[in-house]
Amino acid sequence: MYDPLHGVDGQVRDIWIRDGRIVDAPSDPAVRPDKVLDAAGLVVMPGGVDMHCHIAGPKVNAARKMRPEEKRKAEHIMRTSKTRSGTMGSTPSTFATGYKYAGMGYTTAFDAATPPLAARHVHEELEDTPCIDKGFFVLMGNNHYIMRSIQRKEPERLKTFIAWLLGAAKGYAPKLVNPGGVEVWKQLPSGNVHGLDENVEHYDVTPRQIIEATARGANELKLPHPVHIHANNLGMPGNWATTLETMKTLGDTRGHLTHIQFHSYGGGVGDQDTFNSKVVELAEYVNTHPNLTIDVGQVLFGKTTSMTGDGPLGYYLSNIYHTKWFSADVEMEAGCGIAPIEYRDKSLVHSLQWAIGLEWYLLVKDPWRVAMSTDHPNGGSFLAYPQIIQLLMDRTFREEAIKQVHPAVRERSTLAELTREYTLYEICIITRSGPAKILGLANKGHLGPGADADITIYMPNDDKRVMFEMPRFVIKDGRVIVEQGEIREVTTGKLLHVAPGYDTSIETDIAEWFEKYYSVRFRNYPVSDDYLHDHEIIGCG
Amino acid sequence: MAETFILVPGRTSKQGCGVSEGKFTDGYQKEISSLQVADEDMKRYGLVNGDKVRITTESGRQVDLAVITAPAKELPSGMLFLAYGDLSSILMDGDTHGTGMPTSKGMDVTMEKL
Amino acid sequence: MSTTAASTKPVDPSVKVVTDATCTFCGCVCDDIDISVKDNHIIEAKRACVMGKAWFLNHHADDRPSCLIEGKPASVAEGVERAARILTEARYPIIYGLSDTTSEAQRVAVHIGDLIAGTVDTTTSVCHGPSGMAFQSAGEVTCTLGEIANRGDLIIFWGGNPAENHPRHFTKYSLMPKGMFLPNGRKDRTAVAIDVRNTKTAKAMDLFFQVKPRSDFECLWTLRALAKGIDLDPAVVKKDTGIELARWQDLMARMKACKFGVILFGMGLTMTRGKHLNSEALLSLARDMNAFTRFVVKPMRGHGNVTGADNVVTWSTGYPFGVNMSRGYPRFNPGEYTTSDTLARNEADAAMIIASDPMANFSQPARERLASIPYIALDPKDTPTTRAATVAFTTATYGINTAGTVYRMDDVPIFLRPAFESPHPSDFDVLTAIKHRVMELTNQQ
Repeated sequence: MYDPLHGVDGQVRDIWIRDGRIVDAPSDPAVRPDKVLDAAGLVVMPGGVDMHCHIAGPKVNAARKMRPEEKRKAEHIMRTSKTRSGTMGSTPSTFATGYKYAGMGYTTAFDAATPPLAARHVHEELEDTPCIDKGFFVLMGNNHYIMRSIQRKEPERLKTFIAWLLGAAKGYAPKLVNPGGVEVWKQLPSGNVHGLDENVEHYDVTPRQIIEATARGANELKLPHPVHIHANNLGMPGNWATTLETMKTLGDTRGHLTHIQFHSYGGGVGDQDTFNSKVVELAEYVNTHPNLTIDVGQVLFGKTTSMTGDGPLGYYLSNIYHTKWFSADVEMEAGCGIAPIEYRDKSLVHSLQWAIGLEWYLLVKDPWRVAMSTDHPNGGSFLAYPQIIQLLMDRTFREEAIKQVHPAVRERSTLAELTREYTLYEICIITRSGPAKILGLANKGHLGPGADADITIYMPNDDKRVMFEMPRFVIKDGRVIVEQGEIREVTTGKLLHVAPGYDTSIETDIAEWFEKYYSVRFRNYPVSDDYLHDHEIIGCG
Repeated sequence: MAETFILVPGRTSKQGCGVSEGKFTDGYQKEISSLQVADEDMKRYGLVNGDKVRITTESGRQVDLAVITAPAKELPSGMLFLAYGDLSSILMDGDTHGTGMPTSKGMDVTMEKL
Repeated sequence: MSTTAASTKPVDPSVKVVTDATCTFCGCVCDDIDISVKDNHIIEAKRACVMGKAWFLNHHADDRPSCLIEGKPASVAEGVERAARILTEARYPIIYGLSDTTSEAQRVAVHIGDLIAGTVDTTTSVCHGPSGMAFQSAGEVTCTLGEIANRGDLIIFWGGNPAENHPRHFTKYSLMPKGMFLPNGRKDRTAVAIDVRNTKTAKAMDLFFQVKPRSDFECLWTLRALAKGIDLDPAVVKKDTGIELARWQDLMARMKACKFGVILFGMGLTMTRGKHLNSEALLSLARDMNAFTRFVVKPMRGHGNVTGADNVVTWSTGYPFGVNMSRGYPRFNPGEYTTSDTLARNEADAAMIIASDPMANFSQPARERLASIPYIALDPKDTPTTRAATVAFTTATYGINTAGTVYRMDDVPIFLRPAFESPHPSDFDVLTAIKHRVMELTNQQ
């Protein structure tokens, strides 16, 4: 059994489950369990937790609509007597998404970018995403009410609004995507911000102010996961300086920087020849600042779809790769960009992106503060996690892989010099215990009493990819839902959301704001309880 | 005489209201069976509102319709308009040319005064 | 789902007022309607347009039976049994319609399609289906309607007539509203119509281009060429499009000079020769314009929840319409699995039609086929389709009698505040009952 939260590192233990929860072993030795699952010789871990993926809502569904070409030749998800049919490709249909996560031993996943105006859509899709628990982050980095509150120097109003908006959307955490940049994109041709101190017209605020004010407000609300940041300048050479500034802007407040691989580049803008890794410098900062956590956003070679709330990024990518392009600006709140992408191991840039992701896993000393992600489907599918595990646990395999990619990786990153190999204990941390802790989920990511009985049991194998691709058993809420990769029982899973308290007198002002600028009525905006299937409110504080 | 016209069926407010008021009401039935014809074409054909014409498509589909003068110069000469409904559907071919959408606007038809 | 709420006190105590109710008649999905209900009749629908009023005032509790089998009154349970048998005994069952019901009901319908290895298609295939195909080749640069209200300073209506078909689009979203960056509303906007007919919409514009019928493709490529600075022969342009080159050049200059351009397009493009190629040219033009300024495009969707149907079918199967599951997994091919085709080619041997009226709207060959096979119809109204159905369910009207979710034409999900209870079951209830019976008959969970 591996339960890093309780320091359990491969010891043989019993786990007792009652009513979907892990409980203490009964003190009376006469008490016998109703059912026993013999896991002798197997590897037992908490269910996997994906803290950053794109699996539901308008952006994901637009990608599904836009990319029929991926699906015909992909694996067919056949209808069975228990499960729905579906399609794969880089953005699987909802039912397929749930089955595939569960089949891989993951029991919780969070969609990373929901415009609150579309929250109902996300709730509907999540209800149709079976087997896993789920939640979503609420886009706030370009929200006009937030920018106005900063402009007017009203931090209390800003904080109250964050609480109101999370409750209205029934979301989980504030998400900043290219703060300020998406609004500039809406205002100007090819518009964007390129640094933390550029001005966002109309509100006269800067990305730095948005990050600072939102992070402070969210931390004061004691949210379980205060702020989830997709920094400015994603993908641009030289963007590491912006990333470092973003970290510094947080000071000592808690903050999570997501898909940090995409934000760790040296080199000059528009100059591919100078493109290089700056993970050493950034990881050093993370290592010395315990308030910061990251997920990686690992790139894997092959075809996938880039999808983001970062509108200008979608335009940029579709222009450099000459692909089709979807963009959707959401009034008063957010943007969205989607473009097909193929990462090639012969490309210098793509090879470096791949290497930079791996450097992050290997250079952050405390595994509790680095979570596994591909930013599904941006860097690759979540189904690639076993492949990443193999790259981290098996140095020989990694060295072979480095030989296959662009040779410049050896000079422009430190990857080839890194000898670290992850242990199973550490893998357990970065795939479940760590993300659960970063998210503030007290009942996930561990196997102590009180935890949700979400448990994955693997067959040990020297080939870690094989081991992690097909768990022997997956248990969700105490029920065996997967055996040997096959779905045995379908559960709906529950929605995880927050409901922070706030001073309701703010609603008069928000209502006025809505009647002036939104195309829906204020009263029709908040998501009612009817949209919650099974759900759990995760408390603040 | 039977000249060639381009028929453009489409939605109208009245037809839209008729969907709610009931498709078997007189108002709806009248709206979907009145063919709008440009003023100059009415004159050339010697038509007055209420006269009957026969419309025939290239594939031989045929309906008889009462004409009315197109309001407020909406139509150029040579174009006909008909609100969507049973009669416009009769004129549609089943083939969708691989799109799922039958050609429902811009059909070549001949108009014959009855 | 939500409860009705009366925030203003009615004068007549027998009148119930539901504020911020939603009209589901067209894709505008106006959610600011105040409806007054007396004795299960809506007597007033404040702020609704002419079609919205017709929608609200003509949906009362019908005293028709909730179920008819072969034209004879039957219990809902008998109807469900017969429906399940029709669907499970067929070799090529199709499910069609779905654009005028809640997404909750749509989800059940798609599930039934999966259970019976059937084909699921929606009215999208005979509406903006070609635009959906164009979306797959070009993508789409778009926005929510509030963005247009707040920013759109050049509005082009192409091949559509919102003045007749989306009457409040002008006032709420596209033409009149005073927005954040357009404090003077209409005065801050330039409005253009491009159409073959000089419609009511055209007459409300600053500029009107009355183009040659069936020349949309040529018009769009003329603009695409001008955007790229390519020289064109004035004589050819005039001959192909019916419009002087100088006018197209003027329009392109305006398109490049605006801050936030918007093209709203209708079925003038999708139903005319060229179909998806017309839509693709338009989506591409809007994309091209982003090299110069911000530009977006949006299809004007007709039915209240046709956008929801696209979304539900897509998230469930991966494809937006015309989805065949006969091999046990979803496949997509417009022209093959779309309903006009499966009927007109005499392939479908049973059907379930939900909230649409193909017996009025489909081509003659398709209608003849539908009339010859057993089929089930669900509709609040008596229509040509319900009259010829083997099993016809009279269902409660969404938004008037039932709660649920609808997606506005810009994909914004809005929930419904029902006004009064119907004696008839909802689409969701009937479909759920059919689903359970189909599961029993096919031994599936």
